[in-house]
Amino acid sequence: MTIRGNDFWEFLISRDYTFFAGVPDSTFGPAYNALTSNPYLTYVPATREDSAIGVASAAYFSGEKGGVVMQNSGLGNVINPLTSFSLMYEIPVLLIIGWRGFGGPGSDAPEHWIMGEKTPSFLELLDIPYAILDTELHDEKIDQLLQSIEMQQKPGALLVPPGVFN
Amino acid sequence: MSCVKETDAVISTTGMISRELFYHQDRLGNFYMIGSMGLLSSFGLGLAKLHPLRKFFVLDGDGSALMIMGTMALIAAEKPKNFIHIVLDNESYESTGAQPTISSSVPIGAIAEASGYASTVSVKSCTELAIELERCLVKDGPHCILIKVGIDPIPNIPRITYSPNEIRDRFRSFLMENTDG
Repeated sequence: MTIRGNDFWEFLISRDYTFFAGVPDSTFGPAYNALTSNPYLTYVPATREDSAIGVASAAYFSGEKGGVVMQNSGLGNVINPLTSFSLMYEIPVLLIIGWRGFGGPGSDAPEHWIMGEKTPSFLELLDIPYAILDTELHDEKIDQLLQSIEMQQKPGALLVPPGVFN
Repeated sequence: MSCVKETDAVISTTGMISRELFYHQDRLGNFYMIGSMGLLSSFGLGLAKLHPLRKFFVLDGDGSALMIMGTMALIAAEKPKNFIHIVLDNESYESTGAQPTISSSVPIGAIAEASGYASTVSVKSCTELAIELERCLVKDGPHCILIKVGIDPIPNIPRITYSPNEIRDRFRSFLMENTDG
């Protein structure tokens, strides 16, 4: 089983997440196109992941809900915005992160090996709650993450391993 | 600041620019970005897209505009009509001790113009600034106004006394409770 991109976005729309910015990753596959072409979603194609956090965080100041799509290599670009903006001001935002290098060396290109292994540790270090997306859309798991984001008023991450979307 | 209507939003970059704005003209519609150098303009872009009828004055510095320079290209590509990017260019990182930036040799206004801002001007006096601000308020943006300024620290200027949560909540209430301009 894999998840249809459109089902994933429709699920987030049903939870009022409609304002996105980001940088693409191959793990999203056609789900990325489903994001950019959905008429109920706003998507700003950012030049870097930090800019995407800046754009998407505006949603909180408008009574809307925002999210960022990015590859995990972009985590390095967002440590400062996360610590001195999102976590400091307590601004909720959903981070949808393609997990390159998932499964260890041998499963992906060398540039993804280290960040692939360290991705969950980075999030744990920053006390950012996260969930791992399965090949089936488990509403409860994502809802639990969204609840953490909204109750704790902080960023939360949904990690997307390769092969989840069709 | 006399061009700024009560319903307009003003957001300012980290360091002295936010501290000076707080010191001189604190108001409900101000958001002080007290960290995250370089992030201000992307935050402003998101806000401008979500509140298309409200004007956003984005007070950036030369160091912060250059730090995440790609955002200027993104602003140009997204074309928010209500976005006025004001770059206070003192060619230095004044907040950390006035070390030089590279903006004495790299024209930030030309970067905005080449990226595709609707208008880009450079001003050197308050009179010129007032004229250009009036123009930006009636023409569609995004606009960039580059102001070459001096290094003139205010002795013992206070830090912003609001907590990050207070800055956030005040600005959020301002945007959500007031009708767009």
